[in-house]
Amino acid sequence: MNEKGNILFSGVGGQGILLASEITVYSLLAAGYDAKKSEVHGMAQRGGSVTAQLRYGQKVYSPLIEPGCVDIQVAFEMMEAVRYLPFLHKGSKVVVNTQRILPPSVATGKAFYPDRVLDHLTSREIVVVPVDAFDLARAVGEVRTANVVMVGALSAFLPVDPERYEEVIRARVPERFREVNLQAFAAGRNISK
Amino acid sequence: MTKMNKNALWMSGNEAIALGAYEAGVKVASGYPGTPSTEIMENLSGYEGVYTEWAPNEKVGLEVAIGASFAGVRAMATMKHVGVNVAADPLFTASYTGVCGGLVLVSADDPEMHSSQNEQDNRNYAFAAKVPMLEPADPSEAKEMVKLAFELSEDLDTPVMLRITTRVAHVKGVVAAGDHRTSRAVCGINKMPGKMVMLPALARQRRVVVEERMQRCRELAETAEFNRIEAGDTRRGFITAGVSYLYVKEAFPEAAVLKLGMCWPLPEQKIREFAAMVEELIIVEELDPFLETHIKAMGILCHGKDRIPNQGELNTAIVRQAISPGSGPELFAPVELPHRPPNMCAGCPHRGIFFNLSRMKVFVSGDIGCYTLGFLPPLSAMDACVCMGASVPIAHGMAKALGEEGYNKIVSVIGDSTFIHSGITGLINTVYNDSAATLIILDNRITGMTGQQHNPASGYTIKGEPASCLDLEALCRAVGVKHVYTVNPHDVVETRKILKEAVELREPSVVISRAPCVLLPEMKARQPVSYFTNQANCVGCMSCIRLGCPAISWTTFAEGEAEACGYRSSQKGVSKIDEILCNDCGQCASLCKFNAITRGEGKK
Repeated sequence: MNEKGNILFSGVGGQGILLASEITVYSLLAAGYDAKKSEVHGMAQRGGSVTAQLRYGQKVYSPLIEPGCVDIQVAFEMMEAVRYLPFLHKGSKVVVNTQRILPPSVATGKAFYPDRVLDHLTSREIVVVPVDAFDLARAVGEVRTANVVMVGALSAFLPVDPERYEEVIRARVPERFREVNLQAFAAGRNISK
Repeated sequence: MTKMNKNALWMSGNEAIALGAYEAGVKVASGYPGTPSTEIMENLSGYEGVYTEWAPNEKVGLEVAIGASFAGVRAMATMKHVGVNVAADPLFTASYTGVCGGLVLVSADDPEMHSSQNEQDNRNYAFAAKVPMLEPADPSEAKEMVKLAFELSEDLDTPVMLRITTRVAHVKGVVAAGDHRTSRAVCGINKMPGKMVMLPALARQRRVVVEERMQRCRELAETAEFNRIEAGDTRRGFITAGVSYLYVKEAFPEAAVLKLGMCWPLPEQKIREFAAMVEELIIVEELDPFLETHIKAMGILCHGKDRIPNQGELNTAIVRQAISPGSGPELFAPVELPHRPPNMCAGCPHRGIFFNLSRMKVFVSGDIGCYTLGFLPPLSAMDACVCMGASVPIAHGMAKALGEEGYNKIVSVIGDSTFIHSGITGLINTVYNDSAATLIILDNRITGMTGQQHNPASGYTIKGEPASCLDLEALCRAVGVKHVYTVNPHDVVETRKILKEAVELREPSVVISRAPCVLLPEMKARQPVSYFTNQANCVGCMSCIRLGCPAISWTTFAEGEAEACGYRSSQKGVSKIDEILCNDCGQCASLCKFNAITRGEGKK
């Protein structure tokens, strides 16, 4: 129980980041950790880059992660995996959904989506765990569970038994989506194992 | 809000404040939505036995709360920091009247301006209005301090301000559920003219009471648990409050700390005691040197803004670096990437208006809401934005300054909720003092930016119950506007005609752009039909691309690709609609002259 950690969730408004971070938090709390999570609402949510910062440990004061101190980043989009580089350190793990969402400047032909964008991470000795979350979500029969696939992939790196997550999913997801979300979680967890 | 174990809850600061207010037995709460305050009222509206409402603006919200307090019940008003400017008039005099039932004003400040036009430090209001202010550091404290605020309000006969910041409001943490209490005040009609009728003669008497109660509050602050000294290494001691306390604890866990739960009035004796304990005294606070100024005025030597930034949010790293330079880890430099700014949603009705404005040679005086995003490229159709409601008088002022030179060149744009908040008086002025500036009211049937709150023109209350619905056209006519148009902004071409006609008038005119926000539940539920691109017909004119819709993207041809695909060799690329993102507004189709955009037949 001496473990502590800093998790950064990043992606694009509307990708289900908040739900993914909530499932993660509840699992950590159920395992007996203290936690704080910081989100930003309002203007940034309209299709812009969004983050949620989650810190856990025996006792957590600050809700904000210090630069250079992210242990694990969960990125829901490839470019958003690289945008917060100053928060990472050598050996940080980045679980990344290998999806591209074009920002306006790219969609309107004014800029290009960078090639091999994840090389910025691997070249700095950051551990990249690519996850095709959409493909896995489609395989379990519901593309909207991509965010839970990501939680599953993240879970392999956290000091919490998978049963805790499954309990949280059972408690928080409406019954008709419960089974498919449990499968999505398992599919994601398999990737990282 | 799920229970983990008995009495332990996982909540945001705003949820915790709602719970705290409920536990304190609040009976009436009013406010105006504004990030980062909005979720307080939204959550409070879910509790039994509490009357909640969205007011048209913060002044009205606070006045409603004052009225409820006068009637002997516990009352609360919630707003963002700039909302307190609007509510400042009643605040400064409610400080004189005091309360019957406990009265709490929540000010949600936004250091760093995550979603605001300035980062004013509202602790200054507590000093200026002579009211106590509590400042929690996290959700758990926020809940306890709301309850305390109601107690203090009744004990000291004063409104009490609770100041939170974005990193309290939108931070989640573990909160302990408590007991439900009620006010000691008695509900009823209380005729107390000496207290409630602030004529000069009576106000002068209350002015004395204000000073007496602040003195009592100062005495109370000396012994209260919320102002506590945490023993530690006394070579360097910190005085801090609010979320800054958390950063100090992370950066200097061994240091002695005086944590102030009440940032106004200050416990002078306790501060002197702490200052005498430590070798070096450092004040850590976000934004203004508020504590520092008052502590220095006590004649106490300390460091503060000579080390700690006076702009933006603090965090652990900033605090540590400011006090021990060079102590942080070496960081990776950021990589240059295309930015991903927020954007109006696919199908947003505002886009049609701003697209047209971007093509008209006008100065666009803008306002506060989602539509402020009309400033961003490719639309780039906003030239001024100051505060809620300012669009209308700013346009009028410009028109008066420019005279004939400004004819048909000045337009103001405001949302439905913002117009009701503080645009109406500006419109009355435009009519009364007669300028020809055109006002466009973007009526999307909801308060959009803050996340879908009802308002007097949406036809529903905060609880979603049917309510009287303000008739904007009739209102504009009633204040004397002779030329009132209503347009469907999704018909881009027709809207342009009307806008041009209105702008050419030499009298005040209003164009009401009416189409619902695509995020409204009924709009989400309608299963929109998607538009799609007949790519064979696309000539690469980029008309649709210039809308800046997130559902439309451009693919540039590689060399020789245009001809290989059967296009003219000079064509630079084609546009494509993402049918999953498309929200069925048809603005792009109304612009396409080449029959390259067609509405689908089935539901997607």
